[in-house]
Amino acid sequence: MTTVPVIELADVSKIYPLPSGDVLALDHLSIKIERGEFVAIMGPSGSGKSTLLNQIGGLDVPTSGTLRITGKNIRKMSDDKLTDLRLNAIGYIFQKFNLIPLLSAYENVEYPYILKHRCNDTTGRVSRLLADVGINKRLAKHKPAELSGGQQQRVAIARALVNDPDILLCDEPTGNLDTKTGGQIMEMLNGLHDQGRTVIIVTHDPSVGEQAERIIRIRDGKVADA
Amino acid sequence: MKNDIILQLSVRSIRLNFLRSLLAAIGIVIGVVAISSMGMMGANMTMSVTEELSAMANVLVVKPDSGGGGGGMMGGGGSSSDDDYIDKDQFDDIERAAGKYGNVYPLYQESDTITIGDDDRRATIYGMRDEDMATILTVANGSLPQTSSSVVVGPTFAENNDLTIGSRITIGDEDDEEAIIQKVRVVGILEEKGMSMDLNSDNAIIMTEKAYNGLYGGEGEYDQVNVILYDINDADTATEAIEDKLNRKEDEVAVQDSSRMMESITSTVSTLTTFVMAIAGISLLVAATSIFNVMMMSVTERIREIGILRSIGTRKSEVLRMFIYEAVILGLVGAIIGAIMSVILGWLVVLAMVGTTKYFFTYQSLIYVPVSMAIGIAICVFSGVYPAWRAANLDPIEALRSD
Repeated sequence: MTTVPVIELADVSKIYPLPSGDVLALDHLSIKIERGEFVAIMGPSGSGKSTLLNQIGGLDVPTSGTLRITGKNIRKMSDDKLTDLRLNAIGYIFQKFNLIPLLSAYENVEYPYILKHRCNDTTGRVSRLLADVGINKRLAKHKPAELSGGQQQRVAIARALVNDPDILLCDEPTGNLDTKTGGQIMEMLNGLHDQGRTVIIVTHDPSVGEQAERIIRIRDGKVADA
Repeated sequence: MKNDIILQLSVRSIRLNFLRSLLAAIGIVIGVVAISSMGMMGANMTMSVTEELSAMANVLVVKPDSGGGGGGMMGGGGSSSDDDYIDKDQFDDIERAAGKYGNVYPLYQESDTITIGDDDRRATIYGMRDEDMATILTVANGSLPQTSSSVVVGPTFAENNDLTIGSRITIGDEDDEEAIIQKVRVVGILEEKGMSMDLNSDNAIIMTEKAYNGLYGGEGEYDQVNVILYDINDADTATEAIEDKLNRKEDEVAVQDSSRMMESITSTVSTLTTFVMAIAGISLLVAATSIFNVMMMSVTERIREIGILRSIGTRKSEVLRMFIYEAVILGLVGAIIGAIMSVILGWLVVLAMVGTTKYFFTYQSLIYVPVSMAIGIAICVFSGVYPAWRAANLDPIEALRSD
């Protein structure tokens, strides 16, 4: 029995039309990522890794080729379907944490849960996840602006996990953190991979990249070395 | 109740930018207050004027038809319209035709020179039957005249000529040797009646039929016959009845009814009200601009937040809803405060402009409160639609990149 790759790009291109001429950001890219893998996508600035991340994260759709996320072809999806895919199948962890400033740490984690289940969390899942990432009940009541960078990233990890996604997508997750805190966050991501989650990290930090099982190097919108 | 996280985000955004939101809501408050108090003022004015005019409009005035000179000819009078009159038989016919619709009474009228002290002037003099005086006139001071040498005067006439009970008036031109002179005493001053088609008693001298005939002759030759209708809706029926009875062969009389004049005046008042409300509406346009500005600022400041919301699974429609909620909350708060204030301010405006608040708590007056509230909320939502649409349609990637 063959398993369906959690992410499958077949001959994917992305062209941005600009007045000065079309920009080919992804050039006939083909990648497969299996369930449970820990993959680092690396490459210099302008290599196309951010574009690739947006495609894998369902924020953007390819100009040509086929991109399947958890077996579903996203090029045929409506905006609402794509939004639901982001809500249910993908957990985002951003470089700048990207918590909602109006909500407390607890509410930030609960927000995607409410969007999915249309009700508050009565199962204690939000509290458990916050405890797992080291955010106590007192800190959970704080607004993001009142938390340190490391604490915010922990809250962001808890938020990414709340709907039990197939993929954890991390965009330079340690980029805004000091080495020690960055190390703690990487430990946490390693732990999540050990639990069987698919973790994809986009980074240009070699020390982060080398912790992954597999490194995909991107250069000029193509796979340089898989 | 289901927890609406989108609504919570809207409420929190308003709370976070409390002062800015409050200022926008105040714009709506002013607009709602302006429109509803102007509307209420107009409604109260219309009702007040209508009531005043109704007192006047329930009157039919029957005069000899001056076009055909019918009355005069029937009475054997001259050809000039001054000599036209309604004779006793015609009066009886009118009473038979219109008696069931109202109180029918005849009236003599003359304009003559009078002397009060040393001053000569002209005045309107009415002659009335005793029984009509008792029903039609209301004396404020003194009593109704019983003899040929006593008269009542209207309040305006009394005030203009410094007349009190017991004052003396000489009626008739003393310099004209042929004229009949009658010295009379004021025995009563009437209550103010206001403008009226049948009898302008406020600025006139009124004497008994006997006294009048003694001065000017012409007994049973009335200048006009008035019908004071019991029900204003009978105006047309009564007019037809009179015309059927008297104008069958030729036009003997002309019936004037004042309902058309009233219609025209009330329509003028409501046109003015609409105009004033339109001016007040400009304040709501200003408020709309302010709401639009606040919403656009809210969207611009929260572009990154919108990007986050979209990237972690918030649908376009939910982002749209979030900003529409914000506009609706601003509108609702503004409209509710505006409604409370417009009842208070409207009451004061009506008191100052119309002079009475007796129609204030009526449906026609208070309806302007919910109407202006609805307009205020609608304008808020309308102003919020474009900013909300813009927020919902932001590219999440671009939005996430913004700082």
